[in-house]
Amino acid sequence: MLGKLSWSAIPIDQPIPLIAAGVVLVVILAVLAWVTLKGYMPYLWREWITSVDHKRIGIMYILLAMVMLLRGGSDALMIRVQQAIAYQSNGYLPPEHFNQIFSAHGTIMIFFVAMPFVIGLMNLVVPLQLGVRDVAFPTLNSVGFWLTATGALLVNVSLVIGEFARTGWLPFPPLSELTYSPGVGVDYYLWSLEISGVGTLVAGINLVTTVLKLRTKGMTYLRMPMFCWTTLASSLLIVAAFPILTATLAMLILDSYFGFHFFTNEAGGNVMMFMNLIWAWGHPEVYILVLPAFGIYSEVVSTFSSKSLFGYRSMVLATMAICIISFMVWLHHFFTMGAGPDVNAIFGIASMIIAVPTGVKIYNWLFTMYGGRIRFATPMLWSVGFMVTFIIGGLTGVLVAVPPADFLLHNSLFLVAHFHNVIIGGVLFGAFAGLTYWFPKAFGFRLHEGLGKAAFWFSLIGFYVTFMPLYAAGLLGMTRRMQHYDVAAWRPWMIVAAIGFVFLTIGIVFQVLQIVVSILQREELRDRTGDPWDGRSLEWATSSPPPVFNFAILPDVHGEEAYWAIKSRAKQRDLEKNEPHYEDIEMPRNSPTGFVCAFFATVMGFALIWHIWWMVALGFVGAFATFVVFAWRDHDEYVIPAAEVARIDRANMAERRALASHPGSA
Amino acid sequence: MTDAAIAYPHGDPHHLRGMEASRVAHAGPPSKRIVTGYGFWIFILSDMVMFSAFFATYAVLLGQTAGGPSGRELFNLRNVAIETGFLLASSFTCGLATIAADLRNKTWFHLAMGVTCVFGLAFLAIEAREFADLVARGAGPTRSAFLSAFFTLVGCHGLHVSAGELWLLTMIAQVFAKGFRADIQRRILCFALFWHALDIIWIAVFTIVYLLGSAS
Repeated sequence: MLGKLSWSAIPIDQPIPLIAAGVVLVVILAVLAWVTLKGYMPYLWREWITSVDHKRIGIMYILLAMVMLLRGGSDALMIRVQQAIAYQSNGYLPPEHFNQIFSAHGTIMIFFVAMPFVIGLMNLVVPLQLGVRDVAFPTLNSVGFWLTATGALLVNVSLVIGEFARTGWLPFPPLSELTYSPGVGVDYYLWSLEISGVGTLVAGINLVTTVLKLRTKGMTYLRMPMFCWTTLASSLLIVAAFPILTATLAMLILDSYFGFHFFTNEAGGNVMMFMNLIWAWGHPEVYILVLPAFGIYSEVVSTFSSKSLFGYRSMVLATMAICIISFMVWLHHFFTMGAGPDVNAIFGIASMIIAVPTGVKIYNWLFTMYGGRIRFATPMLWSVGFMVTFIIGGLTGVLVAVPPADFLLHNSLFLVAHFHNVIIGGVLFGAFAGLTYWFPKAFGFRLHEGLGKAAFWFSLIGFYVTFMPLYAAGLLGMTRRMQHYDVAAWRPWMIVAAIGFVFLTIGIVFQVLQIVVSILQREELRDRTGDPWDGRSLEWATSSPPPVFNFAILPDVHGEEAYWAIKSRAKQRDLEKNEPHYEDIEMPRNSPTGFVCAFFATVMGFALIWHIWWMVALGFVGAFATFVVFAWRDHDEYVIPAAEVARIDRANMAERRALASHPGSA
Repeated sequence: MTDAAIAYPHGDPHHLRGMEASRVAHAGPPSKRIVTGYGFWIFILSDMVMFSAFFATYAVLLGQTAGGPSGRELFNLRNVAIETGFLLASSFTCGLATIAADLRNKTWFHLAMGVTCVFGLAFLAIEAREFADLVARGAGPTRSAFLSAFFTLVGCHGLHVSAGELWLLTMIAQVFAKGFRADIQRRILCFALFWHALDIIWIAVFTIVYLLGSAS
């Protein structure tokens, strides 16, 4: 009846996951109770859960990422503590638990923190920057988000029911095959990523179509803000790379569920094929994450230097070059696995070539700052911190791209330090820069500056104190994922790293405080004009938060930096004199399709993990029925009357007029 | 030279509205039909990438028969030819259905979609029989890496056709119940793209799996 599921699946003998899960459960129940008692449930359902508004969906993506950051961060804390005390002892985590923790840490941080964070920011900002009312497929957008949430949910369910994979964040066979991983851990990994992978693919298709097809009048490709370009590149990579992940994981599923022989040691299976396939997705994935961050830095550096972006066209070229070359370097992830010197040399050179466009970008940002009137607000601090940190990460990256050096550094903590250096220093700093930069746009008030700066400094110092020791330990020969070790020379570095993590944790605490305090002080931090940073692109041309239709009149673009041009030509004053002719606006109606579909996907995923076949069928039929019901509805749009549009727009125009009448402020 | 002339010297191909439209650099978002079709094309491209992963796998594992039968011993080209005939014919009738939808002719639309459905089912039946026959002869997917790759690649196409059948029946029901509404027309467009794309993939399957497989 319930497949492999029984009471023994709950790890009663392991206090750590049980207590953690208990705390999470209590928090969830408390939040649910609070929401229900306060009567917010209908509001949440109507305005958020069923929303197809790209801004709302973007915010939900970011919220998911931040919650999962806490989960992945707790895993990191446990790893650091274990390695600090596990010198000639077993530490406090048994091996099978430690292995699950580092696997969950990597999986969660990449798929459920970094991915939703950048996809959320792209969703939130890109339609605004393009001057349009929504993404190309609003309901599909909601489906994509909820499927991502399903994946995150399944990974976290594994904490209490069953176990998680012990194979690392990429399940390399033969370890991940049935023989060596007979439990449900790998299955949790596989199905949550298959399901959330569909969500990511949907988001990618949506954003490619949005950038290529939905641009306001006059917004030619070479007038798009840099963030739109990097979104395009990143989404193209999603479209081209995620299907490979889906196919590869499907093959692993067939191996372990039905005894196929793709990656087994018997009957002609080929383990190296998994390496090639997974990294053919895995390397582009790195750029899927970091390219949007590059776009954020471009926006932030230009805005806070009060200058246009230096070398806009070279930046576009560099972005698209990275987009293409990122598919030609995957083999550098396994130089040591017998490809031979010729192949290694080619991939080593390709890996060094991809550093060139990245270098171009760094110089462009530096020259953007040069001679600018720089304001060191929090987003700008994250950007400058990024530039320094990312250069170090890039240099160590070029180092491991040299095959002979890689033979020494492969799978060592040096590598761990390198990719944390580029992912924290590149992606996460970018996400935080984007968060503080666009937060006022999303919610109508700025984040507290002092706390933001404190969060930045603690994170920056914490990052260096945590990860620089890992470079040293790696050079001393310490391999990654060690549950315990006997080499005395490594120990001091592990202790320093654990101390560094305390700083990182304080940084995170300040981030949370920053949000809480800003919500409490929102009246003082209110952004009334919609343009708190003296911005240059179109998202600042509408109010904060933007009305559901984004723009009362779709803007007409005449050059790069559309909003800057509008401001400099003082077009606003024209608008003030001749009020535009407002028209009715048609917007897509809300739909629970995404949420209901994700509910059935959760049921189906859980049932597949535990081999409950009738429940699999139920989930599938439910998901299909959801789509048919959606397809059957008669009204997919509603109309906002012109009078209402005019009322909303006039209020914002009045605020802007007040700003424009202060000389020197625009 | 003006900005507009630089951006689109010959006008935006998606906005053939004469000189008026080509004078602006970019005329703004196109119609929903174009956006939907475009987005679906992107999806089809991603689907092709997924198939290419399976094709690559098949190519790598082609020789790994683990002492079991190879394609030369297993494939029955006559069967495959009939199968292919059904699928190609279904694509033709699917094209007829698209024309009927453009002309808003319900009778012809239902007729053409019905025939498409039957041809598709015939294709699936032949494929299912082939698979059952192979398993019965001890050449199932667990026999060797080669057979794993074969069953997965061909089966993945078969799953796509099955999903297409489900979609096809839904479209028939929708047109029957709601007529040729604009959103339903867009879905018919996407369905047709999907169905034809499966044909393209089948041509690759036919060539690489069956023709080259029987020759080697």
